[in-house]
Amino acid sequence: MKNIAIGILGAATLGLMASAASAGTLDTVKAKGFIQCGVSTGLAGFSAPDDKGDWQGIDADFCRAVAAAVFGDGSKVKFTPLSAKERFTALQSGEVDILSRNTTWTINRDTALGLNFIGVTYYDGQGFMINAKKLPGVNSALQLSGAAVCVQSGTTTELNLADYFKANKMEYNPVVFEKLEEVNAAYDAGRCDVYTTDQSGLYGIRLTLGSPADHVVLPEIISKEPLGPAVRQGDDQWYHIVKWTYFALLQAEELGITKANVDEMKNSPSPEIKRVLGQEADTKIGTDLGVSNDWVVNIVKAVGNYGEMFDKNVGSGSPLKIARGINALWTKGGLQYAPPIR
Amino acid sequence: MASQEILREEPSRGSFVNDPKVRSLFFQTLVVVLLFGAVWWIVQNVIDNLQRLHIASGFQFLRGRAGFDISDTPIAYTSDSTYGRAIIVGLLNTVIVAVAGIITATIIGFVIGIGRLSQNWLIRKICTVYVEIFRNIPPLLVIFFWYSGVLAVLPAPRESFHLPFGSFLNQRGFYFPRAVWGEGAWLILVALVVGIAMAWFVARAARQRQMATGQQFPVFWTSVALIAGLPLLAYVLSGFPLSFDFPKQSTFNLTGGFQVKPEFLSLYLALSCYTAAFIAEIVRAGIRGVSKGQTEAAAALGLRSGSILRLVVVPQAMRIVIPPLTSQYLNLTKNSSLAIAIGYPDLTATAGTVLNQTGQAVEGVLIMMIAYLVLSLVTSAVMNVVNARMALVER
Repeated sequence: MKNIAIGILGAATLGLMASAASAGTLDTVKAKGFIQCGVSTGLAGFSAPDDKGDWQGIDADFCRAVAAAVFGDGSKVKFTPLSAKERFTALQSGEVDILSRNTTWTINRDTALGLNFIGVTYYDGQGFMINAKKLPGVNSALQLSGAAVCVQSGTTTELNLADYFKANKMEYNPVVFEKLEEVNAAYDAGRCDVYTTDQSGLYGIRLTLGSPADHVVLPEIISKEPLGPAVRQGDDQWYHIVKWTYFALLQAEELGITKANVDEMKNSPSPEIKRVLGQEADTKIGTDLGVSNDWVVNIVKAVGNYGEMFDKNVGSGSPLKIARGINALWTKGGLQYAPPIR
Repeated sequence: MASQEILREEPSRGSFVNDPKVRSLFFQTLVVVLLFGAVWWIVQNVIDNLQRLHIASGFQFLRGRAGFDISDTPIAYTSDSTYGRAIIVGLLNTVIVAVAGIITATIIGFVIGIGRLSQNWLIRKICTVYVEIFRNIPPLLVIFFWYSGVLAVLPAPRESFHLPFGSFLNQRGFYFPRAVWGEGAWLILVALVVGIAMAWFVARAARQRQMATGQQFPVFWTSVALIAGLPLLAYVLSGFPLSFDFPKQSTFNLTGGFQVKPEFLSLYLALSCYTAAFIAEIVRAGIRGVSKGQTEAAAALGLRSGSILRLVVVPQAMRIVIPPLTSQYLNLTKNSSLAIAIGYPDLTATAGTVLNQTGQAVEGVLIMMIAYLVLSLVTSAVMNVVNARMALVER
């Protein structure tokens, strides 16, 4: 129901917005004093509230990084949990300033939906999970013909699922829910045989099930799911701030700047590190972007570099224990690569 | 001001500006112009803003390939079908659950409503408890009760309950054999139609005879014989062309047969039970609204209590019952949009998915609003016809 409400709200907002170009997102954000960040309704490792009600995860931390760049304070973020169906309308209508919600970057979303994806914070792919105890002998997704498959509606997952079963001439029975918790509950209760979503998500969801050890993630990856934050089209300044926050996180990791050593690094003899951290004389890198010159220092102080963010939330420092894989830096054989900050 | 007396006597003869007719016409025109102006302004603003934000608009997206699958498809639908067809599938699912729910809710509602007026203490109390429970719980909770509380705790497909006639019940739904019509099966259908038509004629003839002579004719049993007997006869004569496709165990689920999914079952049962509680109260009010003198007069004529209810009380009660009943039918139809909580692919769910996949929120919400409006108007129109036929005919 909420998605309808947001739809109507969105329509109303679009209807009532003055047709003259409104103020830039940066000015609006500065005026209200915080960033409104659209996150998931709860996906371990990406965005989920902890026992104190604070949002944790790589997507939540990304919003903190942007807040640190803008305000010098990573805590100036408010989170709006959004279902897969609500997320785009919420961003389009201005209810959130950034959509950082394990969202797959596709051409349709970039063009027809009026969004701009800023990059890929997590390279993912869609997989399948089954209850190995109930279905012994199933060890490949190609054995799933005739299965009931639980999936969240309004996602690329739903579309890839249809394509995959069609391409392999298999039948399936979709069991579709709007909210992640509903899908989890239905799968846990045995309403369906298979759970499909992004593989990182499956690992996170497995931890929340009744008996995690019974469930296995099948080896097949059936799609490319580049997950990244998105902003509204038509506001280049805000787009650049969010995009370069992401690049700054990568650059910091590449240069070995961490949460612990960022203050020492300011005095580093390396001109590149000095430049990135805004210590170069008469630097204008930060101010040209629309933030302060020590923006990278603020980002790293708030959430660490990309590698630290990854390890803490989904990697070795988290219960998910996902390997860096293709999410490693380009220097270590991965795909994460930032253009130079200069 | 000296003409006050004259003005009071002939108010319309004042100046043109003070003419009430002119004034009312002027203000009505003004309101209409302002209203249309406001609507036009909003529409223009939406279009401008959508363009400014680079969001696609228009209804061309309905012809695009949907790409997602739907679990319940009353008409042929695959992921290759269009978005428009996906929305139609959703609309049909809404209609199916609404119609099924309305029929069941009406039956339960009438039984409970009459039961609340029963002479029997136990029946009366049971019916009261039913009404009080279901009327005071939000429909969403009733849906969850059926979905999570009743159907989800049924056994897994491998340990299904075996029911008579090759039916199965498990947490994936209710499976029963599907009839497979062989050659010559059309004869059975023809026989059924003929049977119904003949039953109708018999009923009419019997009524006319009773009007004319006062003699009664066992219409009910004759109708049963005609409607059930003729197709049975045709079935035997055409050489038993009917076979059944029984549900069978396969790797994951039961295959074959006909499956009623738990999402549909829980929504249907919840809407029926919930709305029935309201209908019961309406029926009780309707029966209470018939003057006691009517019952007493009928009893004085020697009618038995069953006949009094059927011939005297209920027909008069119906006049009171039908208008509020229409509202309940509309409520049930609209409450069916709660299906989204349990994943039944009704209009709200499928149109919502389309909305999300295409990102065209304004058009998506507009389509949903129009569809529900049309459904409600059609229901009202049908009920108005029923009401007109039931209303007191004044001579």
